[in-house]
Amino acid sequence: MRGPGHPALEATTTPFKEISLSRMKDLLLKGLPPEQRAKGALVLLAIVGVLILAKPFNLIPDFLDELPQHTYQSSINKEIQEIKRTELVPIGAALEWTFYYLRDDLHVSVVTRFFSTSLKALVDVVHNILSGGRKGFGLDAPPWSALLVIALTLGYALKGWRLSLLGGGTVCYFAIFGLWTYAMTTLAYLAVAVPISIIIGLFLGIWCYKKKSVEVSILPILSVAQTMPHFAYLIAVVVFFGIGHQTGVIATIIFAVPPMVRLTLLGLQTISPEIVEAGKMAGCTSRQLLFRVQLPSARNEIMIGINQVIMQCLAMVVIAAFIGADGLGFRLLHKLIALKLGECVEIGFAIVLLALVLDGLSKAWAEKKRDYRANLPFYRRYKYSILLVVLVAIAYILASYFPILNKIPRDLDITYAKSWDGFIDWTVVNWQTRDFRYIMLVHILTPLRDALLFMPFIAIMVLVAGVGLLLGGYYSALLTLGFLLFIALAGWWDRAMITLYMVLFSTFICIVVGIPLGLWSAMREKRARTALFWCDTFQTFPSFIYIIPAIMLFRVNDFTAIMAVVAYAMVPAVRYTVEGLKNIPPELHEAVTMAGCNKRQRLLQLQLPVALPHIMLGVNQTVMFAFSMVIIAAFVGTIDLGQSIFKALSETALGKGVTLGLCVSFMALTVDHLVVRWARERRRLLGLD
Amino acid sequence: MNTTSLQPVIRCQTLYKIFGITSDQLQKDSQGLIDPSYRDRQGVVTAVDNVSLDVSDGELLVVMGLSGSGKSTLVRCLSRLIEPTSGSIEIEGNDVLAMSEKELIELRRNKMGMVFQNFALLPHKTVLENIAFPLQMRGMKRAEFVERAMKMIALVGLDEKENSFPRELSGGQQQRVGIARSLAVEPDIWFLDEPFSALDPLIRKEMQDEFLRLQSMLKKTIVFITHDFDEALKLADRIAIMYHGNIEQIGRPEDIVLNPATEYVAKFTSDVPREKVLTAGSVMDERKEQEALASKSVRIDDLVETIAEYVLGQSIPVPVVDAQDQIVGVLHQARMLEILFHERAGPSGS
Repeated sequence: MRGPGHPALEATTTPFKEISLSRMKDLLLKGLPPEQRAKGALVLLAIVGVLILAKPFNLIPDFLDELPQHTYQSSINKEIQEIKRTELVPIGAALEWTFYYLRDDLHVSVVTRFFSTSLKALVDVVHNILSGGRKGFGLDAPPWSALLVIALTLGYALKGWRLSLLGGGTVCYFAIFGLWTYAMTTLAYLAVAVPISIIIGLFLGIWCYKKKSVEVSILPILSVAQTMPHFAYLIAVVVFFGIGHQTGVIATIIFAVPPMVRLTLLGLQTISPEIVEAGKMAGCTSRQLLFRVQLPSARNEIMIGINQVIMQCLAMVVIAAFIGADGLGFRLLHKLIALKLGECVEIGFAIVLLALVLDGLSKAWAEKKRDYRANLPFYRRYKYSILLVVLVAIAYILASYFPILNKIPRDLDITYAKSWDGFIDWTVVNWQTRDFRYIMLVHILTPLRDALLFMPFIAIMVLVAGVGLLLGGYYSALLTLGFLLFIALAGWWDRAMITLYMVLFSTFICIVVGIPLGLWSAMREKRARTALFWCDTFQTFPSFIYIIPAIMLFRVNDFTAIMAVVAYAMVPAVRYTVEGLKNIPPELHEAVTMAGCNKRQRLLQLQLPVALPHIMLGVNQTVMFAFSMVIIAAFVGTIDLGQSIFKALSETALGKGVTLGLCVSFMALTVDHLVVRWARERRRLLGLD
Repeated sequence: MNTTSLQPVIRCQTLYKIFGITSDQLQKDSQGLIDPSYRDRQGVVTAVDNVSLDVSDGELLVVMGLSGSGKSTLVRCLSRLIEPTSGSIEIEGNDVLAMSEKELIELRRNKMGMVFQNFALLPHKTVLENIAFPLQMRGMKRAEFVERAMKMIALVGLDEKENSFPRELSGGQQQRVGIARSLAVEPDIWFLDEPFSALDPLIRKEMQDEFLRLQSMLKKTIVFITHDFDEALKLADRIAIMYHGNIEQIGRPEDIVLNPATEYVAKFTSDVPREKVLTAGSVMDERKEQEALASKSVRIDDLVETIAEYVLGQSIPVPVVDAQDQIVGVLHQARMLEILFHERAGPSGS
């Protein structure tokens, strides 16, 4: 999108009214060239400003100010007045009719019920093995010490003693703090959901790779699926699959498949063409080519995909508790509703530990170097397997003599929840967050929210579509306009604005804190590695976990939600900043050193401009994370789309729930489209690709 | 071309590869030539433009051209990794373009081997597994393919490395693996696509010598792609010089150096040290009757470089003999001076 000749010069010498037809056409097709955007942005802001200023003078017709909506939020107190005005287009109702028509009239339910019973059986099988089940054969649940030695051996064999200790410690944690049965249920879900997600993801990824038409049609669906809030899925899943264990698994699978598809596709697409040619020249049939050349060569990406699947599954397994999926998540939810924060922390730690162990094991497995033909004797080649069998046997034998190794009795009631409760009480007395909260809420958050609500919807539409036009021409403008129009017509505009304000504010804090933190970390190699390590660690935590400390510190209100969102969405802002700075080619650093730059000049002249596209991708991720978290955080009482989704979930209001989910998804995709487009173009202009 | 009587191993005629257009959109005449009117269309790129060539048994044909000249596309058309737009390719008399997928796979499994510029080794397989890969594809038994692969490893001098992964090897070693893999099925036809371009100059020279050693043992029919004219001169039986998809000239190295057909070819030959390319046979004169000759003769295939000093030291012509020790011509001192010190720019006759 480089302009011809000297467009900047042209722009200053050509009077505004003489914009030629061809330049209008260029604007429509490709957006403004980068040099002229500042000018375009000014014009755009002026238009939007006029639209906003016109409102107090009653110059904006009602239908451009506000479309009919579901509810109206009065801004002074938090009461929600249900004003029964229907939406302009009955999107929710239409979706609902479609779904029920599919389910009841076309009997899609026969298919879904088949899936749900098979999955239920599968979960049941694994669950019975892990936790004793109905004791057929007289088999009881395996002793916890057996699982302990498995975790220890696996960790050691794959990585080393650190992972071994982490795994063993986690198993002990489950056993000691009376979480054993819940943990086994969660593991059973994972054991079913993860392999199925991987297989489906691989299959779809390969299919996309082979057929361009499939890729074109599946990728947008994946985008929506990845940005759709978890709870919105749950409603659809409940309607089609009923409530119960298997439903949680299905929701988990739907959520975990998209990253697997994307990474499989990416892996296959980035194989060097020579490797494929070498495979063909070796006389591979297309099946041999796929399984013995292409998939193995895409191994790295596929392994990252598998790791992602495990993490997504774990996150969703917790959230699926809302539709009655048992396990650690259910337990956590239960205690959270009762505001038993100490016990929440206890369970939260269990989930975090599980996440860290699974992440560690799957990554270590992916990186494991295999020695194919080391020509070792049997007992050395299979030393870990043999060790494992021996240790498990020992564990079984010992457990039959010492019951404590078989099962830690519940009535021991070991817990540290009480001390946490004491600590929380202490913070309530001693850390006066109340004033801070009050100032934030009354002087910053509420005015910001009211400002967004005050803006006529046409002003926001013009702003977003205008940015789209400047950056990407008519395609971007129409796409973003379509996204926003959906929200407006569906009748959820004000709620969406409240969601948007929370996301914007959280993102703002993440940028203000996260980017400087990233810059500081990237200054030293060692610090950068530490920062990335913590980013990795925090990213493994299921999103729900972040709510616990937020509630502990700030009780229940909008600010709590924002704090939880900030904590969760901070990670990509830091990570991408560090990565962006680290990826600057060393020659560039040498060049500016030779040019005699000091630290500040280096930062301003080299590091920030060159790393900016990557940092912006980080900000984009932050926004995406924020959108997903803000809906989960609605659980602690906000009044945005998230709350409506919760309500829809409890009423199983399918059409409404899915519409709301799509609203969130479309807002996220609007930001995503604009930022990613800009960042890609910028990277290309900088010659970084 | 001393083997014209035999059927060529590879014969390709009026071969075209045009990207961005389908073959039914093109007008062809009876000789298979494509009406050039398509060139005006947007987005159409002609990579191979009416190429005809034969490669005979045991011959080493080097296709030389700069980047974008279509040489890589040409070799991929010959192995049908890329589907040509038009033309014909015969390998040992069989029409390659008419082959089904299955026949093509059989052909590649038994007749062809290919070496790639960036080695194209499978990163997840060890040296031994990479080399054995084409054999495994054929369904060979484990003991057998391990034995054959170990032989190949010995052949390219990579003993003890069989359990290494490609990432643990240097560039030169990786390409040795690539060469061993392409030779594992004992192919008759060997395609090498810029095999040494990604290597350091010293390693490159070593690999070229290694390659010549292998070829002297194996006598494969070879199409060798390079952008390096010196490499072409060093290795080739015949050189085909490509430019914009066309073959500008095809012939023996000394013919090309002595008689460049076009301005473009002359650009390459002008800097070539002739004494390193020309043989006694290519510069000798006819023997005049009753001429006194020097006592010691030179061989017809001796390089000028190696005999120059001797010839220049003689006041009378030096006889040139063929393999049967028959005198086939003479070398004069004056001619030798002309070859060595004649200005080297432009196409010079004789």
